[in-house]
Amino acid sequence: MISREDVVHVARLARLALSDAEIEAITPELAAILEHAAELSALDTEGVPPTAHPLPLVNVFRADVPRPGVERDEVLAAAPQAEDGRFRVPRILGEAP
Amino acid sequence: MSASEIADDVRSGRRSARDVLEEHLARVDEHEGEIHAFNLVLADEARAAADSVDAAVGAGSDPGPLAGVPIAVKDNMATRGIATTCGSRILEGWLPPYDATVITRLRDAGAVIVGKTNLDEFAMGSSTENSAFGPTRNPRDPSRVAGGSSGGSAAAVAAGFASLAIGSDTGGSIRQPAALCGVVGMKPTYGAVSRYGLVAFASSLDQIGPFSNSVTDAALLLEAMWGHDPLDSTSIAQPRPAVGSVLDDGVAGLRVGVIEELTDVDGIEPEVHAAVEAAASALADAGAKVDRVSVPSTMFGLSAYYLIAPAEASSNLARYDGVRYGLRVDGDDVAAMNAATRNAGFGPEVKRRIMLGTYALSAGYYDAYYGQAQRVRTLIIRDFDRAYEQFDVLLSPTSPTVAFELGAKTADPLAMYLSDVCTIPTNLAGHPAISVPFGTGAYGLPVGVQVLAPALGEPVMFRAARAIERSSP
Repeated sequence: MISREDVVHVARLARLALSDAEIEAITPELAAILEHAAELSALDTEGVPPTAHPLPLVNVFRADVPRPGVERDEVLAAAPQAEDGRFRVPRILGEAP
Repeated sequence: MSASEIADDVRSGRRSARDVLEEHLARVDEHEGEIHAFNLVLADEARAAADSVDAAVGAGSDPGPLAGVPIAVKDNMATRGIATTCGSRILEGWLPPYDATVITRLRDAGAVIVGKTNLDEFAMGSSTENSAFGPTRNPRDPSRVAGGSSGGSAAAVAAGFASLAIGSDTGGSIRQPAALCGVVGMKPTYGAVSRYGLVAFASSLDQIGPFSNSVTDAALLLEAMWGHDPLDSTSIAQPRPAVGSVLDDGVAGLRVGVIEELTDVDGIEPEVHAAVEAAASALADAGAKVDRVSVPSTMFGLSAYYLIAPAEASSNLARYDGVRYGLRVDGDDVAAMNAATRNAGFGPEVKRRIMLGTYALSAGYYDAYYGQAQRVRTLIIRDFDRAYEQFDVLLSPTSPTVAFELGAKTADPLAMYLSDVCTIPTNLAGHPAISVPFGTGAYGLPVGVQVLAPALGEPVMFRAARAIERSSP
């Protein structure tokens, strides 16, 4: 059974700043869904290979020919903050602002 | 009016694309306020596109197989310079810098894009109630949902706002709303239609497909979209099979199996069950050999799907971090900004699935949840393979119920998920399936019958669908 502590941990992994009220609400919801999904553990899958993808594709190549990409300025214009042709983000480590 | 007739009339100069468009826009003006099929109506752009189709006809050239056909596009497909919201606040202000391949193909075929249709946020839902911009209502009964996640596209066709629409189907998101709105909806074989520019939800399951008023029109639109795309590495390289030309070949001798586990079970409304029986009888009357078939692992499709799809989604949606697209909510550092942006930008269902997927992939749970779901996916594919040794196509309900009332399932995620119990196994296998309207069920609401076929089995699937459509009450 998924616990409140599990939910807090997973929210951190998923980079979601869930409020306390959201954590309270989502914990039993996730528990109910996972309980339903637990029916899968009753199936015998010994020796059954996993399917990650419906097509048996490996190493899809195309000709290595240069072609125009998307326009940089168009991409940056749709970003929350940009500066000098780059995405602008808040400070990453303890560097001076 | 059918898309095939519109295209014939426009290509031959009997009607102008502009007149056809204005008729559709007039219906949008009258009813869109109530239905809310669109997040964005592109009236000016559509008029310009229609005029250029008419100019091409006037100059003696052929604008293509969809000449002048008004089409609605689900708002999770990139349109350059035109807002693409995915029904989410997190993409507020984002304008795609390129067009999805399907958009280019539709324009090249002469289609006129009338708008971007509403959807459950990031295509996660079965009722279009999870849109950040409010729900879409069912044109057959506006107190009820249009289904989802492509509810806006289904409603746009059902309301006559567009002759055709496209949606995306990850677990039933084309077929289920088509059934609930009384139109045709089809999910192609995985890889048949390019996903380039389709905002990713669960990449091993997502596929773009058509909505239409008839099986014939669905084939017309599928043929216009189908084809290899070097920009999508999962796109199928082999040539498109002929679909439109075999539609009326009939079903004499065709082996049709009714899937017991998706038809003869609790939760299927009696009228829905009766519709599948009636469709099966109609196929038998037309010369098909109809029998029951057991595809046992399909019973576990829902559980496998609700681990696999959220797992893939939790990875795909990691890109919405407040850096490159739309919304940003400030934080002290990058991690706090990421987490604040994502919590403010995503709605409850998207958060639920990201949490579920992250949990299913996390250390200690990966093999028990995600790994086991992937092995069950193999079992489902094997069971389908066995069934297709004996049968050419399979039959089941599309949705267990007719359209439900707005709000009826929003408080219980699991109850909502059960709406897709009949459609999910197809996505896990990568196969094609189509929902065909077949009479009415409870409250006089439309019922959809689903025809399933093996990978690249579209020709035989469309023949069966056409036969069902011909005998529809």
